[in-house]
Amino acid sequence: MIRTPTRKRLTIAVTGLNAIDSPGPGIAIIRAIRECPDFTPRIIGLSYDALEPGIYMHDIADKTYQIPYPSTGSENLFSRLQYIHSKEKIDVIIPNFDAELHNFIKLSKKLNEMGIHLFLPSLSQLEAREKINLFAFCQKYGLRAPKDVVVYKESEIEKAGKQFGYPLVVKGKYYEATIAYSFEQARGVFYKLSAKWGLPVILQEFITGTEINIAVLGDGKGSAVSIIPMRKLYITDKGKAWAGITLKDKRLIALAEKFVKATKWRGGLELEIVRTENEKLYILEINPRFPAWIYLAKAAGHNQPVALVKMALGERVRKYKRYEVGKMFIRYSWDLITDLDKFQKISVYGEN
Amino acid sequence: MKIKKNIAVNESGFLFNPATGDSFSANPIGSEIIRLIKDGKSNDEIRCIIIKNYDVVSEAFEKDFYDFVSQLRDFKLLEEE
Repeated sequence: MIRTPTRKRLTIAVTGLNAIDSPGPGIAIIRAIRECPDFTPRIIGLSYDALEPGIYMHDIADKTYQIPYPSTGSENLFSRLQYIHSKEKIDVIIPNFDAELHNFIKLSKKLNEMGIHLFLPSLSQLEAREKINLFAFCQKYGLRAPKDVVVYKESEIEKAGKQFGYPLVVKGKYYEATIAYSFEQARGVFYKLSAKWGLPVILQEFITGTEINIAVLGDGKGSAVSIIPMRKLYITDKGKAWAGITLKDKRLIALAEKFVKATKWRGGLELEIVRTENEKLYILEINPRFPAWIYLAKAAGHNQPVALVKMALGERVRKYKRYEVGKMFIRYSWDLITDLDKFQKISVYGEN
Repeated sequence: MKIKKNIAVNESGFLFNPATGDSFSANPIGSEIIRLIKDGKSNDEIRCIIIKNYDVVSEAFEKDFYDFVSQLRDFKLLEEE
């Protein structure tokens, strides 16, 4: 009699269930993990807001718990995770928001001692690629980035305007960017973004060209396990890709490899690139986690989320090579109908 | 004149550049000309084939052919010479 081998069961907690117009990557990551033939996952959603769509998508998360906002500090997060772990016995957590990574990195050793595994960059890697450090960071590693100026007060805007000319890009400390075509516009956006995200605000040289993003998974030793470049085909008013297509371009792959080799990046990563008319590649941003379109990487043949889970558990993962070029994604919106009872559970009890 | 090696062209005249993600649709005559270029035909050979098969005079064809090739060049579909 042949015994059928049972698949390993893993409990994986994922944040970023906000599948909204500026989506987090959680849903895409969970889809990719659920399609892995090597293990049977139990997915725990970790949410901040009671209206994150992923909470109500029952083929996505098996159970969802609310966790405290990053601004409340790492100790609050730790005690909440202790409670969730006591119920769920989590094997791996994949955090997906830039703003929460600091806390998770700080807690990673303590969580590891509890049996919860993460695969994240170091704090110094995280801070080095922040928007306010981007130009210096890229210069250090021989990569091209638009020139920028970090601005703390209105009087500094005019100087930057003279230096870069208009239009220029005004960027919030953590999120959001707006193209300003005049000093008056730049001043207005400066106040709006500083009120929302705090100071400083970044003024950046405006580079025109084709917008390309690259999803990368670094092994922490200087090698990229997977690199998938994607061109944005449809861009929302928030600058997000609503449709995209995988590309084959050796220069993009080489750029990502150079980045990972230089930084020894550990974990998921997205490079936001502009390719100019004269074929120069500029790095506009470095996002320290998987992008929201990461399911396209899986569809093209590189299951980056699954590779990350395996590396978090200490397994050896072979470098992905070939992928399908010309694979497309088209995002869509859908009205999910749910009952008040479910909303009430997550709102009152913090779990659903 | 050569179409870049990496450009994918299918029978319906759909062209895809995998390096840039750009895609284009050519009409039936455009598709035929692209196929002839891919087959390595010279400009003179292409002119003879089109004039033989379609109701077009040489001068009119040459003007349209020149415009079409300019478009292919602008869209970076041709190998640099």
